[in-house]
Amino acid sequence: MEWTDSAAADEARKGNQQAFRVLVERHSHSIFRLAFRMTGNEQDAEDLVQETFLRAYKELHQFDARSAFGTWLYRICTNCSIDLIRARKRRNEEQPFGGEKFPVHWLDRVASPGPSPERLTQGNQITNRLEDALKRLSEIERAAFVLRHYEGHPIEEIATALGVQPNAAKHSVFRAVQKLRRALEPVWGVAAR
Amino acid sequence: MTHIAEELLIEAYYSDIGDVLREHLQECGECRAEFERLSGLLDSVRDYRVPERDEFYGSDVWARLAPDLPAAKPRTNWFRWWMLVPALATLVLVVFLAGMFTGQRQAGISEKGRERILLMALSDHLDRSQILLTELLHADPEIGLTGERDKARELLGENRLLRQSAAHIRDAADADLLDALERVLLDVANGAPSSNGLEMIQQRIDNEALLFKVRITGTDARRRGQNL
Repeated sequence: MEWTDSAAADEARKGNQQAFRVLVERHSHSIFRLAFRMTGNEQDAEDLVQETFLRAYKELHQFDARSAFGTWLYRICTNCSIDLIRARKRRNEEQPFGGEKFPVHWLDRVASPGPSPERLTQGNQITNRLEDALKRLSEIERAAFVLRHYEGHPIEEIATALGVQPNAAKHSVFRAVQKLRRALEPVWGVAAR
Repeated sequence: MTHIAEELLIEAYYSDIGDVLREHLQECGECRAEFERLSGLLDSVRDYRVPERDEFYGSDVWARLAPDLPAAKPRTNWFRWWMLVPALATLVLVVFLAGMFTGQRQAGISEKGRERILLMALSDHLDRSQILLTELLHADPEIGLTGERDKARELLGENRLLRQSAAHIRDAADADLLDALERVLLDVANGAPSSNGLEMIQQRIDNEALLFKVRITGTDARRRGQNL
């Protein structure tokens, strides 16, 4: 029998670990994707996936079955990511955009605007600028931007995930985009011509 | 003509806009150009690849996760090797840090070498602390904490030295984490926690996300050490 998320969560709450296993196997890919986009680092993303499910298991009693289990997991993962980024910032490291021996930043994977060498150069310039700009976003702005831009979540869900009012979530997206624009436009202006 | 504010243009990029705005964008070349510039910029950073995970990824995550889930396994008499390793590690660390605090430079060990040793010692210490914290989270109040208490005592001295060295080199984040860890280690090492006391310790580990921070910082320290 195929469990729905809500039924599996209900079973897991009663101590059925196999039911929780169903949820883990079902949501691991999407949580990894979110964690990677939040951190830009594969190892950190793996750690965040583990931590997200561990916290979810411990807090299952707080899960309200009226909401979607996936959204609830996203909320936990976002908060774990914010904790991680804050800890990294405090340590004044280059993380999450460095630290590995041969770091491959996710922005290096950004599709270049075109195949010509000029466009590739401009694409790299944008990537470099974007990397700097993202580092300057606050954790909340980064989370709001990732959830909105890459995950396509509506403002209300982002607000729930971040534990803020919808207006504040909307404003965080706005501030993030505004900061990215200010940083990228000088390069983009050249690239777009 | 009043132009559309940047905030509304951003909103328009992500969601359906009202008729009034749509109409304005059709009529006003300046706003349309601004909107196209914004869209082009945001489109350019939209598509990127996340490293792929195969179809068995969910099972892999479960395999790593299952041993950490509370009440999943009976308690085992673990880590007999603990009896020896921490003592040796502490001894090496004491010698190393003594040199560091007195400013003496040991021949043949560069600044980078010293930093690497310190980071690897920190990583090793946090690995062992992580195991203890996990055990504490799963501890059964009925059984008591004898084994955990011994391990906490062993880790305590090492933790103090590492905390002092982190403070010495002004690494506030590591010093704070080691301070939080030390308070838990102290409670376990000195107290004979009642079930209520154990619950408080477990709650503190949970509330401060201590296990997560220890795991992340340990991984970071190893990575930084290996990169030196």
